[in-house]
Amino acid sequence: MNPFTSDLWSPYIVGAGIGILVWLGFLLSNKAIGCSTAYARTSGMAEKFVRGEKVKDKPYYKKFVPEIDWEWMLVLGIVVGALISSLLSGSFRIEMVPQVWEKTFGSSQILRFAGALIGGILLGFGARMAGGCTSGHGISGTSQLSLGSWLAFLFFFIGGILTAMIIYGGI
Amino acid sequence: MLEELYKKKRKQLLLGFLIGVGFGFLLDRGGATDFNIIVNQLLLKDFRVLKIIFTAIITGMIGVHLIVRYLPPELQPKSCQWKPIIIGGLIFGVGFAVLGLCPGTAAGAMGTGAVHAVFGVIGMLLGAGIFASVYTHIEDFMGESDLGPVTIPESLSINKWWVILAFSIILSTIMYLLERAGF
Repeated sequence: MNPFTSDLWSPYIVGAGIGILVWLGFLLSNKAIGCSTAYARTSGMAEKFVRGEKVKDKPYYKKFVPEIDWEWMLVLGIVVGALISSLLSGSFRIEMVPQVWEKTFGSSQILRFAGALIGGILLGFGARMAGGCTSGHGISGTSQLSLGSWLAFLFFFIGGILTAMIIYGGI
Repeated sequence: MLEELYKKKRKQLLLGFLIGVGFGFLLDRGGATDFNIIVNQLLLKDFRVLKIIFTAIITGMIGVHLIVRYLPPELQPKSCQWKPIIIGGLIFGVGFAVLGLCPGTAAGAMGTGAVHAVFGVIGMLLGAGIFASVYTHIEDFMGESDLGPVTIPESLSINKWWVILAFSIILSTIMYLLERAGF
């Protein structure tokens, strides 16, 4: 069996691989892997495009300057890496409405797109308030034994599990 | 030598990209770019995602602490602002379940052809932009519960290697029990 074309790998192999990428981030770039600041920076870049240079004066964008940085390139790399993986395994396919969503909400594409948009807004806002996401807090921060990251990781899943149970679990 | 590498801007951007490619590849091989697998994890029906995260934490934790012990990089724990972390974390959790993906895996899902994930990414850009706009109004709230960039071993005043050992045992035991229970 060719590991590059088989469907899914053992979660333990994948997890160990991701752990090694965390090492590489520290070792080669002195950086902790994370994703959510890239969204904040991109949002700033988009706003700069519309409103001009004065966006840079927003206090938040002084902390997270709207520019392409290491983490931004990392997120771009994730898109490419997942594309390569799904093309090799043959799992690449255009997905409009995922199965589990369809079971609860039906096959309306508009409804799914609206749901994804709303979910995304909450994720983007929540991640910036909490100071990180499932990668920055959940993997890199927890690996550093950061107290705040363990707390964030716990509450990401408390919020996620309760919400999923209510909306998809029929509780 | 490593410090020189950290200063090379273009090489660093390329390294970020390459590590991202590896990350996206692994997330997809693990199934974490799939809405169904993530939501089934949140419904506690499938524990793939938690197994990936736990294994990544154990591997990362040991390696990162060896790296900072012997090489130039230092730990960079984020500030423990516990109130925004709890409230922001819960908001994040709600979005996590509704989108069925997180910031990293949504980027990956786009790469695998998930069109709905594109709307999730647009939403995240909007959400981050809204946060940047209201930031000045909630700055006091953000700072009032700040404990600083504290780590668990520091706050318990015990040697970090005991904490690493304890976490490795606890997380491994949870995964072992999940396997035994048939997950």
